[in-house]
Parts: sequence; structure tokens; C-alpha cells
Amino acid sequence: MGDVRALQILSPGPLTTVQDLGRYGLGRYGVPPSGALDSFSLRVANLLVGNAEQEACLEITLMGLKVKALTDLLIAVTGGDLQPRLNERPLQVWQSHIMRRGDLLHFIGPKSGCRAYLALGGGISVPRVLGSKSTNLSSGFGGLEGRPLRRGDILNSHSPHLFLPKAPRALDPASIPTYPSAWTLRILFGPQDEDFPQEEKHFLLSSFNVTSELDRTGIRLSGRPIRARAGKPDSIISEGVAPGAVQIPGDGQPIIILVETVTGGYRKIATVISADLPLLGQIKPGDRIRFQEVSKEEASNALSRMEAAISSLSYLGGKSPATDFS
Amino acid sequence: MLYDDPVYRLMGDRALLIEMGDEISPPVNQKVRALFLLLDRYHVEGLVEMVPSYRSLLIIFDPLTVTTPELIDTINTIEKGLGPSLLPKPKLLKVPVVYGDAYGPDLEWVASFHQLSPEEVIRLHSGPTYLVYMIGFTPGYPYMGELPAALATPRRDTPRTAVPQGSVAIAQRQTGIYPTKSPGGWHILGWTPLKLFDAEKRPPSALEIEDHVKFFPIEEKEIKDWEM
Repeated sequence: MGDVRALQILSPGPLTTVQDLGRYGLGRYGVPPSGALDSFSLRVANLLVGNAEQEACLEITLMGLKVKALTDLLIAVTGGDLQPRLNERPLQVWQSHIMRRGDLLHFIGPKSGCRAYLALGGGISVPRVLGSKSTNLSSGFGGLEGRPLRRGDILNSHSPHLFLPKAPRALDPASIPTYPSAWTLRILFGPQDEDFPQEEKHFLLSSFNVTSELDRTGIRLSGRPIRARAGKPDSIISEGVAPGAVQIPGDGQPIIILVETVTGGYRKIATVISADLPLLGQIKPGDRIRFQEVSKEEASNALSRMEAAISSLSYLGGKSPATDFS
Repeated sequence: MLYDDPVYRLMGDRALLIEMGDEISPPVNQKVRALFLLLDRYHVEGLVEMVPSYRSLLIIFDPLTVTTPELIDTINTIEKGLGPSLLPKPKLLKVPVVYGDAYGPDLEWVASFHQLSPEEVIRLHSGPTYLVYMIGFTPGYPYMGELPAALATPRRDTPRTAVPQGSVAIAQRQTGIYPTKSPGGWHILGWTPLKLFDAEKRPPSALEIEDHVKFFPIEEKEIKDWEM
């Protein structure tokens, strides 16, 4: 049956974009990965509706998205609890639901976290640009015409009716992340931590405020400034950066690098571990952050636990509902 | 200084920075490119992304597929066989520029800052053949050097919130071209009708690390001859 009209955007909220797991292999051209800031929630949302885990979803920021179903859909909402309402009734997050043609889904605002992910069984049919459906906002490509969603946009999905017959699925409640407003983010020091005196490194472990300078490129914090060793210039020779790197510019206020950044010219005192990267997408202005140093083994174990939660879900889900019909 | 052996630094549990030297210089940059091209050719297990820059190569990897010691071991083995002879030749891109006026709003300021005439600034800027040290900041943005010492200019005190696509700009001993409208703190000398980044093209970026760029002045009325 192919692509059908699935969702109409009645109100986009402050920022809603199409994102998948990102665009890799183009760092040589200065192209950042983009993709879901909270990749855990995107993967789970997809698996709950029977998609491949890397399929594109809507990434919804804070509040205000309102959509109408143009056909019957299997949907799941994961990530931050932005208080989704299906026809004015609270919608249980982290599980799949049927959304009938004409039904309205909207997001009131954050009870916890910052970003929600809406998956449709059948995915979102936008062209892959440079290998991904993710929206690159700075250069305006990918996603839907390289831009945030607007009122009146129509999103297509691929054979969504094939996904409807599957029984509702839910993530094991024990695996659902909690999104506090006071965060502890686990880090490994480096790559340039040796440029900071020991006592300044220690100050990274104190508490910081999350400022309103927060977007998909990074999160700017404020707190006691962190100073490099005397005689070190503020900037370094520009180099590639990875999401989660905590860079210290001249004013000493840390910036956590996110997925729309590819290079930078400041020292990175530490880097958030892989298992905590998805949490970075749920931090919002006004939250508090404390960094906690862990060992490489702890980082590795934490990642294995996160992957186990995802693979248990994909195992229970078995083959995709689309396969059942073929 | 060019290091005898690369220096490896971990950036968290999924990224590795490989430094080939401690300075901005063609020999260090050449070595970064050589390692990048070699690793690109080998399809190293677990390797997700590479970002070559002035003096280092960032590698993002999948820690569930490959451990850091395994990855370093593989890279070390490949790095030992690094020879310049097999590498493709970098290309030279000639870039037409309309200097000054609305196309280069900072030309006059830069000229008076250095007590030069605008014509001398244009002559100095379009004189050298520049080396592309890295592509970064935004997709397709080339960081190029070395700008003649007589034009070395500190960044603007206040960055612009929106620099037009195609702007040709300078800061310190560097020159660059904004491939897309973006914020920017460099001084804008001119504008080029060439498109440096197009997501629909293969490759999407007109330039890569180690390519060469030569600017040449054109008149406003010649713009249409260069538009693609």
C-alpha cells in the first residue's frame, strides 16, 4: 500500500523535528551527527510500535505539539513526560496505543524531562539525506524539508495499517528512566583534564545550574568558574568533538556538547559516559547538574545495562508486525 | 612539532583523539589526513565517525563492538604502514570573490586597522594559495591558512548573529568561507557565489582537509557567470 498520509500538525510547539539515530561518516565534511538527543527513548518508542529501532520519530520539545491522525495508527510516546493527551485523556507513556483516524494528540507541558518521542508504526516517510532522516537545523537539510515542523504539515507513514493488529506493548517499568530536576551525570575525565590543576578538576564535581542557553548544539551551565593552569591560553587548536564532551571556555563556565556540534576550540575537561548521553536530552533550563567521576568499568557496565533493557524489549517484540502479514 | 608517534587521548568511553603534533603546520596536517584516509580505506571494526582537524583525528567508535585497547592496537598497526605515495592528490579550488561594499562589510575597517588601502587588503588576501586545515564549525566550512601576517586580525569583539552564506572572512592568521547563513565572529572581506556545501551533492562539501584554495577578485557584474 506504500506511503499514506498519517499525521497532520495542528500546532508545532516551540520545536518539533524529525529525528532518527543520526548521520555518521560525514565528519570529514564538518557534518554533525544530529539525531535524537535522547536515543534511548527513540529506540524504545520504535520497538514499542514494531519499527526497526533506528526509524525516525518526532522529537518534541517541552510542550505545545498538537497533531491529528489522518488514518488509524499504532503510536508510542516515550522520553520526558510532557503530559500527552489523546482526545483530552491522559495517554500512558512508554507503551503503545491505537490512535484512530480523527483522534487528537497534544502535549500540555513537562511534568518531567524536556523532550518526548512520538513513534508511528510504519515510521515517518521523509527522504534520507546523506544517509539519515534526521533534521540538520543549522544547514537546513534532512527531516521534513530541513526545518522544524509547522502548522499544516502532513507527515506520511509507510503502510501503518500493517502495524495495528499487534497487542499493546510496554517497556518494563523497571527500565523506564527517571528524569529528576537535579541530575547526577557520570563522567570520565579527559581528553584535556591535565591542563587543569587538581583542585579545579575537583570543582567540576560540585553543583551547576542549567542556563537557558540550551539547544541541540549544547547545554551551557553556570557555577563556580573552572580555570585552566596559569599561562594556558583560553582556547586550543580546534579539533573534533564528541557529544557529551564538557568543554571549558574562557569564562570557566562548562558547556556540554550535544549532537549538532562537530568541532570546537576549547578544552574538554571531561566527557559524559555513553550510558548517560540519552539523559542529556532531558535536561532543561533551571535544572541542577552534578558530575560524578566513574571508572571505565562502571561506564562499560552501565552501557551494558542500558542495552539489555533495549534488547529485552526487542526480543519480546519478536519480529515486526509487518512481517506477520507477509 | 610533529610527534614521532601519535598521542592518544580518550574523550569518554566512545571517542578517541589521535594527535599527530602540537602545532598548526602543513606537515602535521598532512599526517592527520594520511591517517584519516588510511583508516577510511580499512573499514575498521566498530569505527563510527572520524573528524580530521588541524593536528588531530577524532574517532567515534561503538564501545559495544570494539574496546579501546583493541582499537588503538588496530590504529597503531595501520599507522605503521602510513606512506604518502598512495594518497590521492588534494585539489585546488579557485574561488571568485566580490570584495568590499555590501559584499564585504568589514573590508574598510580591516584596511584602516592595518593602515592599508582596501586595494592592498584585497591584493594581500587573494595573493597566497591557502591550505584547507579542516572542515568544521558548520557543514562545509573550510578553515584555511596562512593569511599574510600583515592581515592578521583579532576576531570581532561582538560576533554577528547572522553572517550571509558565501561570506569570505578572516580572523587571526586564518581565512574561511561561510557555506551557510550562521552566526560568526570573523571579519567579512567579500562574498563568493560558489556554493561550498550542498547536501544533495556527492560529496556534499566542495572542499576537504588538505585541499588548496586560491581567491581571485571579480566585479559585481560578473557574479552571474559564477552562479551554479
